[in-house]
Amino acid sequence: MFKNLFLNSTSLIIGIFLLLFLVIPIAQVFYVSFLDVNGSFTLVNFSDFFKNQLFIESFYNSFYVAAMSVVLASVFALPLAYFTSRFNFKGSVIIQSLGFIPLIMPPFVGAVAMKLFFGTNGSVNLLLDQYFGFKIPFMEGLNGVIFVESVHYFPFILINLITSLNNIDRSMEESAQSLGSKGFGLFKRIVLPLSMPGYIAGASLVFLKVFDDLGTPLLLDINNMLAPQAYLRISSIGINDPMGYVIAVILVVTSILAVWVAKMALGGKDYSMLQKGGGGMIKRDMKPRQKITAYSVVGLILFLVLSPHIALTLLSFGTIWSFSVVPDAYTIDHYKNIIFENSIFIKNTMLYCTLAAFIDIVLAFFISYIVLRTKVKGRQLLDYIAMSALAIPGLVLGIGYLRTFYSFNNPLDGKPLASWWFMIVLILAVRRLPYALRAANAALMQISKFLEESAESLGAKKTTIFRKILVPLMTGGLLAGFITSFSTATVELSATIMLVSTEVDAPLAYGIYSYMQTAAGRGPGAALGMIGVLIVAVGTYFSQTIIDKKYKKTGEVNNG
Amino acid sequence: MKKILSFIIAFLFATSAFANTVTIVTSFPKDLSGKFKAAFEKKYPNIKVEIVGKKTTAGIKYIQETKSNNTTDLFWASAPDAFEVLKGDGLLQKYTSKAKGIPSKVGSYPVNDPDGFYTGFAAAGYGIMWNTRYLKANKLPAPQQWSDLTNPVYFGHVGMSAPSRSGTTHLTVETLLQGEGFDKGWALSKEMAANFKTVTARSFGVPDGVNSGDFGIGIVIDFFGLSSIGSGFPVDFVYPKVSTLVPANIGIINNAPNKKNAQLFIDFLLSTKGQETLLDPKIRRLPVNPNTYSKAPKGFPNPFKDKSIGAAVKFDVDLSKSRYNLINSMFDVMITYRLDELRDAMSAIYKAEAALKKKSNSKASALVKEARALIAKNPISEAKANDAEFNKIFKKKRKKAKDIEKYAGTRQAEVEAGWDKAVVANYSAAKQKAEQALKLL
Repeated sequence: MFKNLFLNSTSLIIGIFLLLFLVIPIAQVFYVSFLDVNGSFTLVNFSDFFKNQLFIESFYNSFYVAAMSVVLASVFALPLAYFTSRFNFKGSVIIQSLGFIPLIMPPFVGAVAMKLFFGTNGSVNLLLDQYFGFKIPFMEGLNGVIFVESVHYFPFILINLITSLNNIDRSMEESAQSLGSKGFGLFKRIVLPLSMPGYIAGASLVFLKVFDDLGTPLLLDINNMLAPQAYLRISSIGINDPMGYVIAVILVVTSILAVWVAKMALGGKDYSMLQKGGGGMIKRDMKPRQKITAYSVVGLILFLVLSPHIALTLLSFGTIWSFSVVPDAYTIDHYKNIIFENSIFIKNTMLYCTLAAFIDIVLAFFISYIVLRTKVKGRQLLDYIAMSALAIPGLVLGIGYLRTFYSFNNPLDGKPLASWWFMIVLILAVRRLPYALRAANAALMQISKFLEESAESLGAKKTTIFRKILVPLMTGGLLAGFITSFSTATVELSATIMLVSTEVDAPLAYGIYSYMQTAAGRGPGAALGMIGVLIVAVGTYFSQTIIDKKYKKTGEVNNG
Repeated sequence: MKKILSFIIAFLFATSAFANTVTIVTSFPKDLSGKFKAAFEKKYPNIKVEIVGKKTTAGIKYIQETKSNNTTDLFWASAPDAFEVLKGDGLLQKYTSKAKGIPSKVGSYPVNDPDGFYTGFAAAGYGIMWNTRYLKANKLPAPQQWSDLTNPVYFGHVGMSAPSRSGTTHLTVETLLQGEGFDKGWALSKEMAANFKTVTARSFGVPDGVNSGDFGIGIVIDFFGLSSIGSGFPVDFVYPKVSTLVPANIGIINNAPNKKNAQLFIDFLLSTKGQETLLDPKIRRLPVNPNTYSKAPKGFPNPFKDKSIGAAVKFDVDLSKSRYNLINSMFDVMITYRLDELRDAMSAIYKAEAALKKKSNSKASALVKEARALIAKNPISEAKANDAEFNKIFKKKRKKAKDIEKYAGTRQAEVEAGWDKAVVANYSAAKQKAEQALKLL
């Protein structure tokens, strides 16, 4: 009796939360796409979309860029994940943490930095032109978007893949080996299928994020994609033009389809293991030749994915960087400016993102439990609604918030609710909930139901099961979810830009954006970006070591 | 627990404890707004300035969306058109500053709103900026006039922002259309656009690209060029002859919660100290008080002395306002979204013309002429572009069908799809003709 009451009321609370802060604001926006000039229902806006060659082309381009980004991101992520979790690789933890760093730089800052390095007249092309007399169009047209996006988002694949690999039960591999399987056969039969949930989760995230990312194509001046078209329509033609909303609806529908396809790909297979894996796969030592190959592959990939940070570092210390390989001279004035005059952006970001990520893992834990383990009515709906946040362009959600919450006053200070800083926390939490949810789902899918069932049959209460079994076993996944939510929230711009009402409340990405709009602000903006990157990198590094330590401990217990 | 709670509540109240504030929504960058905030707070230590940075279009939207519960005192931005929109919606209130020494006109444009709803505090004109290292490396001459930018040597070296994205760029295009005439102005715009490397979505994307050397030449508002020079970038700036000076403005929002402070801020902008702040190397905007120029650095343009700056075009603000969205839409359909097609066609024409220089052929030169005419061809005539009824399709606010009697049931997306079709057909026909011409040579 208590069990059902607890679960039902939890689902109800989560449902109300999602209704208030996701469904209603979006419904406000969706509503417009079905209105004609008289304010009555029509489908003519959608027929306009499909009659317009430009929109069709934008749709194709968005799809192409998203798919190619998944491919390129996989090329970056697979070797890093495999080498570091398969072999005794010195500095695995550092490589894995470094691999997460791209996520914590706003994509638009990444694009600025990548342009300085790989642009038509960036460092690499200037050198190539000088010594070899040719240039490579890394950043031309859609190439640039694919390059920047895959460098930025490949950690989604990496994080999920590493978590999956670390959760593979060593005994599975051992039994396969004792039955004579080895090499590629072992990889194909055991490692690949068991890491599939993680890979698919990561790949579908990359697809979705790229599909509706706005900042990168805008900064690279690619207009023929869906998200920029929606943004350009809404912000230039006006809030009453239905086409921006129509595009938003199309974005949402395509993204939900992609989630559904990913779900189908995983459906009907049991990926759980009875026992919690003892520290993942067996780690091997590499032969010298393998070592050289591995180090050079990893080195090259790390250089590529860290190039935005290298360029940003140079920019933050450089005085003038114009049509040259490196800046003309170096200075620390930009950092002084940020630390002594504008540290408020950093404080705000830390506060908002910690709160948002905490809300996220709590919600994600309960949602994934309700969906995967219970028969609560409407549980799939809960999952779909929470995941659909992925498909909502931040700008549209921001406008939805303004429309929904502006007419209510905050009882604390009598100002409109939409201008309260906590609304920024909520919009960040809603926007990043899918990441935490993906991580929680993947973690829960790998824990066998039998563990809970046996605990229950021994008379354990639901809360005890949560506390003693699920939370400890899911810590790795939940922590990964927290980090992903937190670090990606620090770079959110499109949603918050609509809600920031005074600079005192502005988060980091907003600060960088406003700095980057002036000739003299590039250096301080870059410095602000670097400080943000450092903070999150340190945090990620510590949580990574905590996860590793934890696995080592449980591994010993299991083996002992 | 209680302690934490009371702390949180105290914290929340502390942030709203500065009762004596003035809240400003502005499109200006931090380098500008921050300097004025500091200077104002120094003069009035008990008033706190709260800056809300938003792009012009987003700022208008923000004020429209929040009018039911307004917390903003001032709107502070460049484009006079933006203020016209707010004024039209009844979102501004009248105020005339008592500041002395401000002339009624700068260039050929009135400094203040004749109806008194907004006040000009600085002037800005449009021009061409370029990266000196880039031009030297590519052996390109520095352009001086708009028509220089149609020269094939600049193919792929120029950048501009879309007028629909930036109020300031809109004025550049409108100035060109008014200064050169509608059809000639568009032809010139498209010929320049054929040399574009990119059409940026943000107005700052252009100076950013020139500063970093991503492309060599940019069409920008003067202070982007002047402040880039001030920040030490290897760039230069020039005003072409067909240019206009327009004031950057500030206006008090209707129902401003801190009306008195808002008025003080406007007076401060126009004071000697406020006007001199505009000369800061990171700001570099043209003051509206002619006396301030005596403190300007050497080589700083002075429109009150150099009458050639911005006087050639008499800018018609009513005409600009009446077709604001339509011009943006035309630019996007013909240039922003079809830049690749336009470049392909023009590069075919360039090739044919280069071949024609070496060998004359009357049939080929006729074909090239036809190709150029196809590029220049607009999907609608000037008369239709100025038709008030037709423009209603493009109005941001149109609540009822009876507002658009003549074109009832016509949607903007529908019109644009038609234009797009025509434009793509023209560009590809132009390309074919140029290729035919080349084959004859």
